Amino acid sequence: MSVARDVFTLLCLLAGAGFFLAGTLGLLRFPDSLSRLHALTKADNVGLALIVLGLLPQAGSVLDGAKMLAVWALVQIASGTVAQLLAQLAHGERGAQALADSAAPSPEGGPT
Amino acid sequence: MSLVLDSFLGVLALALALRVLLAREALAAAIGFVGLGLVLALLWVRLDAADVALTEAAIGSGVTGLVLLRTAAAAKPVAPQGVAVRGLAALIAFAVFCGLAALVLTLPEPAPSLADEAAAHLEATGLGNPVTAVLLVYRALDTLLETVVLLLALIGVWSLSADRDWAGAPPPLWRFAPTPPLVFLARILPPLGILMGLYLFWTGADTPGGAFQGGAVLAAAWLLVLLAGLRAPPAAGSRRLRALLLFGPALFLAVGALGVVFAGAFLAYPEGIAKPIILVVEAAITASIAVTLGLLVLDPPQPPGPLPVEGHSSP
Amino acid sequence: MAETFLGFAACLLAFAAAALVRLWRSRGAADQMMAVQLLGSAGVAVLLLISAGTGAPAVLDVALLLALLAAFAAAAFHSVRAAPPAEAPPAEAPPQRSPTP
Repeated sequence: MSVARDVFTLLCLLAGAGFFLAGTLGLLRFPDSLSRLHALTKADNVGLALIVLGLLPQAGSVLDGAKMLAVWALVQIASGTVAQLLAQLAHGERGAQALADSAAPSPEGGPT
Repeated sequence: MSLVLDSFLGVLALALALRVLLAREALAAAIGFVGLGLVLALLWVRLDAADVALTEAAIGSGVTGLVLLRTAAAAKPVAPQGVAVRGLAALIAFAVFCGLAALVLTLPEPAPSLADEAAAHLEATGLGNPVTAVLLVYRALDTLLETVVLLLALIGVWSLSADRDWAGAPPPLWRFAPTPPLVFLARILPPLGILMGLYLFWTGADTPGGAFQGGAVLAAAWLLVLLAGLRAPPAAGSRRLRALLLFGPALFLAVGALGVVFAGAFLAYPEGIAKPIILVVEAAITASIAVTLGLLVLDPPQPPGPLPVEGHSSP
Repeated sequence: MAETFLGFAACLLAFAAAALVRLWRSRGAADQMMAVQLLGSAGVAVLLLISAGTGAPAVLDVALLLALLAAFAAAAFHSVRAAPPAEAPPAEAPPQRSPTP
């Protein structure tokens, strides 16, 4: 029983770390702010959820398990809204940047 | 493995600190500072200091983070100091670091510590958390003075407004009409924040937590409500507000004075009822700390005038 | 098992650090705040793993607090940086698509 529990934990942690890696790669490689934000909030969220899932069987007490679930619920609610907040800023910055680029005379007509 | 984790954390903290120091814009430095607070909280956890980790997270990402972000966003760009001055500052900081490192590394084994004595007398206090025992029993005088210092800091902030405006209200925290996601967050998070703050205060008696952490979280919850414009900042002249500000230090002082009468020394607690007294005092200073920290973030009071109109910068 | 948890924690920290290093080359402040949010959620995961690895339940409280305040920090940043829609630069601005409520 304990072996099955450990195997389950290990698998969930591996998957969670994998999602974190995917989120990080997305942050590093995606071309613009909004898609990076998407990678951050979606992949990291699922990664955290999987880690919580994996650690639940190892929890020392019911209260500890409840706290882990509370952490997960809080991150779920908050990160979705935070994505909206940061997206509004990124959208505004992108608009301002595009305007600044188009307003300033470019030195040559080549690609940036 | 723990060595790997700890060295990662150490390197990350150093990198973040360098980032904060070398950032070109104030806003970038402020954002880096919030990140540094998070990493420091992790470091404190690795050092088995969960109380300090709680405080670091509550203050660094919460109240101080907001103060720095607001200041950085509002500050006019200033020319950075010359290389000579910064080099000298770096040299002095490094010398301090070397001194501290030498001290820590040449401590005798076992290092001198009062931890055993503190733990030995814990039972008499009725508390289970030695940190709270230190804060509210062994060194209660320091905590009393700290609450007064917070009040003095608030008076310092308020003194930036003209005498005749002291009774006015600080301007709202928001400059432009808060967007729906922010309002949503300000409806969802503050109840959780209140719950968390009360929980941290209550559990501080036996597990990591305490009045300061609880108060900081409560302040953050209140500030979020103010950020979203769901409530207006209170008038500084309001009697209720001032009563709340004074409640903590006043009760603490009263308990200290009663200690002279009933237990023989200032801030001594009578045997047997130490824990209830400590909890009452902690409740009072939690409330006062929450209000004081919140007001410290707000601007100095202003004379009542037209509210900033949506779409225009505040005057 | 405990060592495995700490090993995973170190891994997650490494990912977060790698993303931080790269993101801070970006110009926008929103990108930098995203880096801090990444650090926040990785930090919460690291704390959960440390709590399981060292058997200290108090660390779960720190994780809860961190999750709560990371959202607060993002809200603070947004409020500080939000620009009014009316402040769009002058006439030749291309029409900006406003976000649907």
